[in-house]
Amino acid sequence: MAFAAFATAEAQPQAPKRKSRIALLLLLPGILYLVLFFLTPLISLTLTSLQVPSEFGDIGQYDYAFNWQNYVDVVQLYWPHILRSFGYALAATVLALLFSYPLAYFIGVKARRWPLLQSLMLVLVIAPFFISFLLRTLAWKQLLSDESFIITSLKALSLLAPDAHFTGTPFAVIFGLTYNFIPFMTLPLYTTLERLDLRYLEAGSDLYANPFTVFRKITIPLSMPGIVAGTLLTFIPAAGDYVNASRDFLGGPDTQMMGNVIEANFLVLLNYPAAAALSIILMAAILVLVGIYVRRSGTEDLL
Amino acid sequence: MGLGDWLLPAYTIIAFVFLLIPIVYTFVFSFNDSIKSNIAWRGFTLDKWLNVCNVEGGAVCQAFGNSIVIGLVATVIATTLGTMIAIALVRYRFRARSSISLLLFLPMATPEVVLGAGLAAQFLAVGVPKDMLTIILAHTMFCISFVVVTVKARVASLDPALEEAGRDLYGSPSQVFWRVTFPLLLPGILAAALLSFALSFDDFIITNFNSGSVSTFPKYIYISASRGIPAEANVIASAVFIIALVIVITAQVSRAARVRRLAKL
Repeated sequence: MAFAAFATAEAQPQAPKRKSRIALLLLLPGILYLVLFFLTPLISLTLTSLQVPSEFGDIGQYDYAFNWQNYVDVVQLYWPHILRSFGYALAATVLALLFSYPLAYFIGVKARRWPLLQSLMLVLVIAPFFISFLLRTLAWKQLLSDESFIITSLKALSLLAPDAHFTGTPFAVIFGLTYNFIPFMTLPLYTTLERLDLRYLEAGSDLYANPFTVFRKITIPLSMPGIVAGTLLTFIPAAGDYVNASRDFLGGPDTQMMGNVIEANFLVLLNYPAAAALSIILMAAILVLVGIYVRRSGTEDLL
Repeated sequence: MGLGDWLLPAYTIIAFVFLLIPIVYTFVFSFNDSIKSNIAWRGFTLDKWLNVCNVEGGAVCQAFGNSIVIGLVATVIATTLGTMIAIALVRYRFRARSSISLLLFLPMATPEVVLGAGLAAQFLAVGVPKDMLTIILAHTMFCISFVVVTVKARVASLDPALEEAGRDLYGSPSQVFWRVTFPLLLPGILAAALLSFALSFDDFIITNFNSGSVSTFPKYIYISASRGIPAEANVIASAVFIIALVIVITAQVSRAARVRRLAKL
């Protein structure tokens, strides 16, 4: 949704030039704020990622340097975490898309005749946002634990192997990521599907296309902006998340993602250069992936 | 057609049940008669709702209070700065426009862990100790872009003729702004403020990097997760959930009623 909103930026009425002084006054405080607390920190992070430990300092003391070796070190040490982050995030994004599309289609297209029902269903989609992200994840941890009634009854019904367990496995982490980011996928999909002109679909059937062909050739392409926005809004936070994969939540020792490693290095081990180098790698990888994805999916005008 | 007629509604119901499961779980376990950790069901009690702050010397309530204060301050600053930017972006033409759009878009496209680590690295480099102030600075930063996006939509839908009419009637620029523009923008500004407060209140990742020893509600839950969180945390979360739900449903219903009234005209 956020991305789609930026797309409409240009079609605005013209304004006289002489008022640019007012524009400057309106922009300056906010832009200055973002420069101070968003841009400068990214520069700080880059500088930190190149630091070396102080020669005679304590743990957590570093000097400014130009040590590229930090990047080599973290990639060598943490490449499984890096791969896992993108793998889990990709799996969660695909699952969230598969889950959300029919839901968004029902709310946006089928429920058009009942505006009140449509509004209430939208509230239900965002309802998970009203309860703490961490509590929701902990709730799933309890519900997926070996002793929970869901798991014990599935085992009693022989739908699950007797020794199967979920918490601490990649399955549980991907499940948690999918669940937590579903609203980010459903909302942008809903926004585009709600504006879908049904006459195009009718025209498709009139031209003897079967429902599947209509869906594949008309509905999907027309809802592409929603798919792109939803994918980005799900994939980006999922790749950087460290709550779902934490040991105290749905993860285990073998499911740690980049976020977990960044947190551990920054807040526990006080290895700031390693945490910073990993953060920069994460951000660069996401920018590259997002760039390729946006170009491929043909929606370059997202900005 | 026949299959789709019942398959999609059935799927929608199942999907909603799935989405609501953890919420129901949290609500039900707020009535759990547990002593400290809240894992197994030990019977029904209203006690946790009536004595929310009586656990761990009120640590849950302290954290909750911090979250409210941080959310309110960050929301006021972010909404003010964001609204100003939104008005400027829609109403005025200037050269740096696309770079400003990029600057506003990037915080939303940056993973939270990078935003958190970046700010923490910055505070470390400058030597600012982490406390309430650093949390507020961090939250304001990530809320601004979302405010701009939300308010911009409202500014774009505003008819410039209304402001012109105000000027034609000899309204001074400030009169026109406060009597015409601002009231028309208010629904958008309120929506942005609610969004901003919700984002701040539920943020954990950025807070964790920039909070030092200050606790917020999500941070309290994260730290307590290993030993089991007390039922009182479920009470607070459930109460917040109900309040938020009432606010949003009221807004949606009144909007739907307004749309219906307009349709009748």
